[in-house]
Amino acid sequence: MANNTTHTIEYKGLAKILLVLLTLTFVTIGVTSFHLGSLTVTVALLIAGLKAFLVLSNFMHLKYESVLLRILVALVFVLFAVIVVITFIDYAFR
Amino acid sequence: MNMSEKIAHIEEHRDDEASKFGMWLFIFTELLLFGGLFLVYSIFRAQYPLSFHEGSLELSVTIGAINTVVLLFSSMTVAMALTAMQKNNQKLAMIMIGITLFCAAVFMFNKYLEWGAKFHHGLYPGSELMQLLDRGHHLFFSLYFFMTGLHALHIIIGMTLLFVCLFKVKNASINDKDYVLLENGALYWHLVDLIWIFLFPLMYLIT
Repeated sequence: MANNTTHTIEYKGLAKILLVLLTLTFVTIGVTSFHLGSLTVTVALLIAGLKAFLVLSNFMHLKYESVLLRILVALVFVLFAVIVVITFIDYAFR
Repeated sequence: MNMSEKIAHIEEHRDDEASKFGMWLFIFTELLLFGGLFLVYSIFRAQYPLSFHEGSLELSVTIGAINTVVLLFSSMTVAMALTAMQKNNQKLAMIMIGITLFCAAVFMFNKYLEWGAKFHHGLYPGSELMQLLDRGHHLFFSLYFFMTGLHALHIIIGMTLLFVCLFKVKNASINDKDYVLLENGALYWHLVDLIWIFLFPLMYLIT
């Protein structure tokens, strides 16, 4: 059969990831309560990106998936980034 | 393993790898669906920064933060349910799925309180108050209701999927040899969490 190719992640490892995610959440709330101007959004989005990376690689087991799938997931985010940049350029120069 | 079991296994047509791949392709479409909404949000936020800031002050950071914690926690418990199933711990898997479902219900209850208060103040899509708002505020609240509403719909779909998984774990049609459905259900739940990770700072924490 050999159908179950999934790597088993231990409970402890999952709990550690949750702790990091919660810490990052409170850091975000803390950072945005200071008024850093336009920096706030950048910091908030960077932290959100880091959290998303942790969820994707650990909770969603991407760390242990095939290279093909990992590349495809990365490409979806690259595609989205390209669309955002193109749209903003369009708005900036019309 | 006796002969008949062996034959049963040989005749079973299963490709877990492909099932998971299919789930991921579906997740890609979901990411781009919400991606499109985030794009609309970004453009209008760049055009009406002050309205979006004022709009976000109307939202409760406390409820948003509680819901974030609840969702992150539930994401961990559903991952633990999968670990338990892989270790053939049926009981723990069921408890973990149960906790996840409970967290989902808490999230929806908070959403109900949040939306309920807005509706009470006459703020809902198509309301008279919404018509009176200036364009920036109108856009912010429309996007707020649409994006969190679509997200809440995903919570309900995820809950349904996890309920199915719970029953299948119970009658052992999901077991330590065949757990791809639970795996895909968990993936869907993580997606819901993933979207909220971006929704929370963008809707509630704008300065």
